[in-house]
Amino acid sequence: MSTSSKPKIAFYWCASCGGCEEAVVDLAEDILGVVEAVDIVFWPVAMDFKYHDVRAMPDKSIVATLLNGAIRSSEQEEMAHLLRRKSQYLIAYGACAHLGGIPGLANQFPREQILQFNYEQAPTLVNESKVRPQTRWLEQDRQGALTSGRPRKGAAAEPGMKDGEALTLPDLRHVVRALDQVVEVDYYIPGCPPTPALTKAAVGALLAGKLPAKGSVLAPDIALCQQCPRVDSKPPDLSLEEFKRPHLTLADAEKCLLAQGLVCLGPATRGGCEAVCIKGNMPCTGCFGPTSRVKDQGAKILSCLASTLAAKEDQPIEKGLAGIPDPVGTFYRYGLPSSLLRRKVDLPLEPQTPANDGGDAPKTVKPL
Amino acid sequence: MSETTIQAVPPAAPWQPRIVAFFCNWCTYTAADLAGVSRMKYAPNACVIRLMCSGRLDPQFVLAAFARGADGVLLGGCHPGDCHYIEGNYKALRRFHLLKRMLQDLGIQAERLRLEWISAAEGEKVKQVINDMVQKVQRLGPLGLPQKFADWDKEMAELEEEVKADEAAPAVA
Repeated sequence: MSTSSKPKIAFYWCASCGGCEEAVVDLAEDILGVVEAVDIVFWPVAMDFKYHDVRAMPDKSIVATLLNGAIRSSEQEEMAHLLRRKSQYLIAYGACAHLGGIPGLANQFPREQILQFNYEQAPTLVNESKVRPQTRWLEQDRQGALTSGRPRKGAAAEPGMKDGEALTLPDLRHVVRALDQVVEVDYYIPGCPPTPALTKAAVGALLAGKLPAKGSVLAPDIALCQQCPRVDSKPPDLSLEEFKRPHLTLADAEKCLLAQGLVCLGPATRGGCEAVCIKGNMPCTGCFGPTSRVKDQGAKILSCLASTLAAKEDQPIEKGLAGIPDPVGTFYRYGLPSSLLRRKVDLPLEPQTPANDGGDAPKTVKPL
Repeated sequence: MSETTIQAVPPAAPWQPRIVAFFCNWCTYTAADLAGVSRMKYAPNACVIRLMCSGRLDPQFVLAAFARGADGVLLGGCHPGDCHYIEGNYKALRRFHLLKRMLQDLGIQAERLRLEWISAAEGEKVKQVINDMVQKVQRLGPLGLPQKFADWDKEMAELEEEVKADEAAPAVA
């Protein structure tokens, strides 16, 4: 294998939509500059390197891994740990890795409900016997000898094993997590997805060795309002009768959206995105996450929006707030897993016990 | 072993609700002070935090209180029209409405967050409100978020241990 002197970069995706991979491709001609300067050693969406290639690399031999997507399965957890080990810098790329992202809203539902819908109830599904994936092929897990598909020493050969390893499927976790809730993260590139400009600046800073303090978010530490092209039309004393839903109103293309009664998360969202959504006449939905001075972005925007109401009594207040029917989905669209409460607190944790099908059906271990 | 052994572990105390109370300096905190000076007896479960105004209550305080183990959060402010800073208590009221709705969507029952207007002369009301809230939260049971967070994270424990074992003694590729 040729030893290149170019720094090694890796990309990986977890619970993600693929938009962050698109964002890298969106660098367009700038990508040539990146490709010239680095050696991409792992990028499942675009290149044919395998997990065992990564395992074979010496620790810390990858200069930077840009990992996008939230962590929802045991495979994603395992890859997060592996890439952490093999990389000098592990960078959470995009809102899902940074905050949990839109997949993080699954923390509002029990895992069982999600599995039931996807394997039994979805309208286009045909699965009369309600088969669920098994995480393990084996009928019995001998005293935990094969816990994660890697046999301990002395584990005997079993049906369903190949080359000394058990065949498994990843386990779907109960909780969606941001990357830093699983491994230590060096930097964050925010956005859903990060803009090409931000990506280029971050990669450039990385290659030039000009990175800020570890743990920083690589975007300006100010609220979006300060960078918004409409900021001059934002009145100092906002007083609204009610909130309007974006599909039920024609938004003026020049005035501050919040001043028009639309729910805009600009006041509680980090800038750096060049206000692309506002320029498209849509209010900010908060994808860059909070500034460094805020712990819980959803709570902050709740505070800001509620206090702009004009009403002073219970009934008119409730009426004014009716334009926000789903506060969790609106305020924590990208950040539920990294919020203070992380998840709907009364959700069950189903125990991981083997299912008993009864009768002659083979007993499955740890069905999903 | 001697027959008379000292009991090493004291019997576990029954759970008591832990309420965090944010009181505004000018009205409710003064009322709580009045209750104290008047030697009123009431449930000791509330931990009082003084704010200059109920409008200073950042919803992050409420969420952080729950996340750290509070079973209930009480907010006390001046009566409408009487706020020392004119409008602060109205802001608190608006935030309270939206926060209560959002907390319910997150699985936290409505009775765990309470807002009361208590003026500086109403020491008796502080006693009544705290006693009543402790009773209601007692019926709801513990919220126990720190323990819940730990339970949620147990699902990662097995893999984490394997990773640690791997890093200590690298597996053969």
